[in-house]
Amino acid sequence: MENELLVVSPSPHIRSKNTTQRIMLDVILAMLPMLVASVVIFGFRALAVVAVCVVSCAFFEWGFEKICKRETTVGDLSAVVTGMLLAFNLPASIPLWQAVFGSLVAIVVVKQLFGGIGKNFANPAITARIVLLLSFAGSMSDFATKNDAISSATPLSGGEMPTVLSLFLGTHGGSLGETCALAILLGGAYLLLRRVISWHTPVVMLATVALLSFLLGESPVEQLLTGGLLLGAFFMATDYTTTPSTGWGKIVFGFGCGAITVLIRVFGSYPEGVSFAILFMNILTPYIEIWTRRRPLGGAKK
Amino acid sequence: MSLFGLPGVRLKHRKNTANIKPEPIPVPKSVTIPMSMHIGAPAVPCVAVGDAVRVGQRIAEAGAGLSSPIYSGVSGTVKKIDEITVSTGAKMRAVVIECDGAQTPVEGLTPPEVHDRESFLAAIRESGIVGLGGAGFPTVVKLNVPEGRVDTVVVNGAECEPYITSDTRTMLDESELVAEGLALVMKYLSIPNAIFGIEKNKPQCIAEMKRATAEMSGVSVRALPSLYPQGGEKVLVYHTTGRVIGEGKLPLDAGVIVVNCTTLASIAKYLRTGMPLVEKCVTVDGSAVREPKNLIVPIGTAVRDVIDACGGFSETPKKILSGGPMMGVALVDLDAPVLKQTNAVLVFGEKEAMPPRETACIRCGKCMDLCPLGLSPAEMANSFSQGDDASLEKLKVHLCMECGCCSYICPAKRNLVQSHRLAKARLRTYQQKQKELKEQKEQKEGASRGE
Repeated sequence: MENELLVVSPSPHIRSKNTTQRIMLDVILAMLPMLVASVVIFGFRALAVVAVCVVSCAFFEWGFEKICKRETTVGDLSAVVTGMLLAFNLPASIPLWQAVFGSLVAIVVVKQLFGGIGKNFANPAITARIVLLLSFAGSMSDFATKNDAISSATPLSGGEMPTVLSLFLGTHGGSLGETCALAILLGGAYLLLRRVISWHTPVVMLATVALLSFLLGESPVEQLLTGGLLLGAFFMATDYTTTPSTGWGKIVFGFGCGAITVLIRVFGSYPEGVSFAILFMNILTPYIEIWTRRRPLGGAKK
Repeated sequence: MSLFGLPGVRLKHRKNTANIKPEPIPVPKSVTIPMSMHIGAPAVPCVAVGDAVRVGQRIAEAGAGLSSPIYSGVSGTVKKIDEITVSTGAKMRAVVIECDGAQTPVEGLTPPEVHDRESFLAAIRESGIVGLGGAGFPTVVKLNVPEGRVDTVVVNGAECEPYITSDTRTMLDESELVAEGLALVMKYLSIPNAIFGIEKNKPQCIAEMKRATAEMSGVSVRALPSLYPQGGEKVLVYHTTGRVIGEGKLPLDAGVIVVNCTTLASIAKYLRTGMPLVEKCVTVDGSAVREPKNLIVPIGTAVRDVIDACGGFSETPKKILSGGPMMGVALVDLDAPVLKQTNAVLVFGEKEAMPPRETACIRCGKCMDLCPLGLSPAEMANSFSQGDDASLEKLKVHLCMECGCCSYICPAKRNLVQSHRLAKARLRTYQQKQKELKEQKEQKEGASRGE
């Protein structure tokens, strides 16, 4: 017993139970209501899109890391989160090969080429969605619920506005995860309760959209419940890596996302602006972080 | 700052030994007393090999400047004066004494004569007392404040590290001594007010100190939330007085001095009996020790003897800490001696010993949210690994008190504190170099102007 070598390591010698994997698992759990809602609204085709995105994201992460002889990080579940988020940003009718291409863009181009988890400057799922939107405009705006005989457009693109109840339950056209406000709010509440995300970004982003659309003569309720706003506010604008980590930084970020979203929706040529807003603010994140850094207790100004 | 006080982490308290009264350890066969158990210059041995020493006898004089004398806690014979390597990796001289087991006290031990500020400070200088909360700052230097600058003594009874209960026992068993020590400090240094800061998880200590100080004017006892690191100097001062100790400033610049409760009890003990600081109450706990206990240990006793006095190991020990789990130092072997400022020896088995594997930072920002001092740990670690010393200076890594909250909370298990430690050392070199460059430049400019 005496001859056993002792472990010598720097303090602290106890660590919290929280891990990257646990955080990602929480995000996955928070997305389960959306998964259920998407299958109910869009049928089993939705499940197929999610499955394809998740499997291909995990595969590309594993494959790229194998090729680069890096440590495999599939176990941290972040690729699964990216896959689910990407799927939730796609219409149910998307050709599956396009979903695979989107996963390739998200994982390899946006995430791994910049150094993998924690190093990418743009949100992988959002950027992949934008790439798909620009590449395959037709299939990316072919929104159909399983009850529609013909394709219907997302309410934002000029179709008839559904009732508020329908918007809340999500029984209308749109991307897989974005239509059912109820499911998104359930997931968002779970993330807030588990302290995976903080209130700053979603609250400020949604408040900005409500206020600005009211000032511009739009209906705040319709603006809040349509398009990818709720999904973006709770699940994409709260991504750790690509958004500011300071409290005030999150407030600035949320405000910027909200304002740009409304401006694109009202004045821009695209019906929806959430993805562009978040991507644009992703690019500003390093600056926002420097501007909003906490001043240390008792720290001299100069 | 926030309405709710400074942030921190909630830890499992694990104060398993809070109700265990300290008992004296059997006299060890020998003790090894290092000459550096305080911040400042090492003490200089004043005994020679072969000398007989007794309990309370001075074995080393204070070195030049910031230092402290050292006394023997055992009676016996000086066996050797040797160089040893302590747990921090530093080499220093140590006096090794073979104990005779009789514990004969030194002759002519009388209480010091104290009647004013000067004689009080002189007595503290002789006592060998250093900050017993863990830092080991010579107490006389801390107390030697310019008159009128300090209006409040903050008594540190937070004991925010898990497991450790030695201060708890001092407040419960020696509350009169703590109060007496405080009264002496307040009287001789003319400080009108005092505030005890004690974490709420020690209600019995709060009640006992309230009782013991009920008759004293200007003394209050503040129950603080059990939020680590409540006992950190800046945190404690902020939460008890609302004052902020500025960058590069001392507590006295904010009108306070911070004294640990056990340090106060030691002051009272010395002024009552003349017996200097020769022993220490140490909490022995952890998953791999058979009988967790509080022990009164002669300074210099090997950790091996301390653990033996607790029934030995209950499983193969894999990690032994001097101090608490958040800031304690992992020991290399069982020969490491108990120091003046050691307040715990913790022994862990296989399960708790291995540090977790580091993975990539996911920028969750938890380390920033929870840094009590409002630093940006993840960014400091980045700047360190990129060799960006200017950025380290801007991020004020030198303010880091190494409390460990950032490493504790990190989901990627990054060794942030260790990075900050190394960064602080590198920043000092960088600042020194910058200063020299600036001076050279000024000299050159001065010379060219002179032409």
